[in-house]
Amino acid sequence: MTRSPVRIAAGQGFWGDWLEAPYRQATGGPIDYLMMDYLAEVTMSILQKQKSRDPALGYAKDFVPLMERLLPELARRRFKITANAGGVNPRACAQAVADGARRAGLAGKLKIGVVTGDDLLDRLDDLVARGHRLENLDTGEPITAVRDRVLSANAYLGAWPVVEALRQGADIVITGRVTDTGLTLGPMIHEFGWAADAWDRLAAGTVAGHTIECGAQCSGGNCLVDWERVPDLANVGYPIVEATADGSFEITKHPGTGGRITVAGVSEQLVYEMGDPRSYITPDCVADFTTIQLEQVGKDRVRFSGIRGRPATDKLKVSLAYFYGYKAVGTLVYSWPDAYRKAQAADRVLRRRLADLGLRFEAILTEFVGVDATHGPLALAAGAGDDAPEVQLRVGVRSPDKAAVERFTREIAPLILNGPPSVTGFAGGRPKPEEIVAYWPALIDKREVRPCVELVAV
Amino acid sequence: MRRAGRSVKPRGRRVRLVTLAHARSGDKGDTANVGLIALRPKDYPLLVRQVTAARVARHFKGMIRGPVERFELPNLHALNFLLHGALDGGGTISLKTDAQGKVFSTALLRMEIEVRR
Repeated sequence: MTRSPVRIAAGQGFWGDWLEAPYRQATGGPIDYLMMDYLAEVTMSILQKQKSRDPALGYAKDFVPLMERLLPELARRRFKITANAGGVNPRACAQAVADGARRAGLAGKLKIGVVTGDDLLDRLDDLVARGHRLENLDTGEPITAVRDRVLSANAYLGAWPVVEALRQGADIVITGRVTDTGLTLGPMIHEFGWAADAWDRLAAGTVAGHTIECGAQCSGGNCLVDWERVPDLANVGYPIVEATADGSFEITKHPGTGGRITVAGVSEQLVYEMGDPRSYITPDCVADFTTIQLEQVGKDRVRFSGIRGRPATDKLKVSLAYFYGYKAVGTLVYSWPDAYRKAQAADRVLRRRLADLGLRFEAILTEFVGVDATHGPLALAAGAGDDAPEVQLRVGVRSPDKAAVERFTREIAPLILNGPPSVTGFAGGRPKPEEIVAYWPALIDKREVRPCVELVAV
Repeated sequence: MRRAGRSVKPRGRRVRLVTLAHARSGDKGDTANVGLIALRPKDYPLLVRQVTAARVARHFKGMIRGPVERFELPNLHALNFLLHGALDGGGTISLKTDAQGKVFSTALLRMEIEVRR
């Protein structure tokens, strides 16, 4: 007897994704799990800052009202939720969701699993003292170079703590920095009882997770191939994995929704943010994307098979965030005739004034939006600037010196009356200096990180 | 836009990649990746032969500071390129409109390659 596939639905591809998507996934047809990914690389530092101001914060706050909308459906339909919305304070996030569940009359009817242990900020000095260099994976610099400016430090946990929370009976699993793919792989391991060294199956679940972790980006959103014929994006269906115990799975979406699931569209998502395709490294395994076999097996239905994996490494990736400096970006719009030449002339005037003021910047970057901002010299060679009806001058500066960046923001508006003509588009006012919180990727020995799973009763 | 003094095969017809392939790109720090996928599987060998790492590096001259790496995914009829030093520091540091390299994919599709008539 073959059991029916386990259905894992993607509800959020990032913090800020479409608020309707999770509700539509929960109500548009049967699902077993709803997976929601909230954490981008720099998100943790924003949350750490919020927590330092109020110890009850530090998680994705809008997850709570979203859950309040979902809870009645969850109670009625009995699907489970995995979400890394806990940020740097998963316990507080779980408490807030539990409060919401009690208000909804679900006291005693739900269990919330909380995954912690990823947060290394309080242990950072100890780790450094014991010889962990936490070298930047891109530059090789040790973390001591920026230690006094570090704002957050989180190890990426994998699927296994999610599995443990589900094993303990959690209906909702709220985590800190668990990998995007772990939120999908965890339910599969739990349902199918996959072993910790079933590398091919763990790799398959990881590929499934990668495919749906960006939400609609595999079901017709941001899809270049034949983009004008993607149906009904206003009503786009987010992807659903239908997983089976042997590691093969299908990607589909609820009937009656918009978007499109094809081999070509799914392939676009597979190569998104790809490094070496033979070695997609997660805490759980190393997946080989060159082994994936895709087949269109129905309308809006693609089958994945043949996926191979290799043993996990003995390291975890650590995502650190540190204060880097300041930046600001100013824009003005110049119109025909000679729009591009006027914008270029304005840029020369601006740069001369910045130099005359003696302002020092680490970088000044000028782009001409409508001409070269995204395709650079390739667009210029194709004649992009010729006879343009309008061109946006966009100048950005970056500096450790806040005063220099602030002065720059005051040098844009004067150009309206004392620079080249036919200028508009300044209604937004003076640009604001922004703090730059930069990302520092590193590795740490797995045995230094102890994931922790606990249950919160509602 | 014929490049002077360089042609891969004589008597071919030059076409833009956008007619043969689709693509998607993303970022890892200061590196942009571009996945280039043949629209028709039969054109994949043509991409392998002509869209080399060296040619892609020349195509992006002036837009990236580091080297270009290429990986093959014959199962998806796709090539994956890593463009190092493409994003002015990347992520939050970058001052670029395309700080996360989201549309480097489309810039690659401007490249011309030679096909037989």
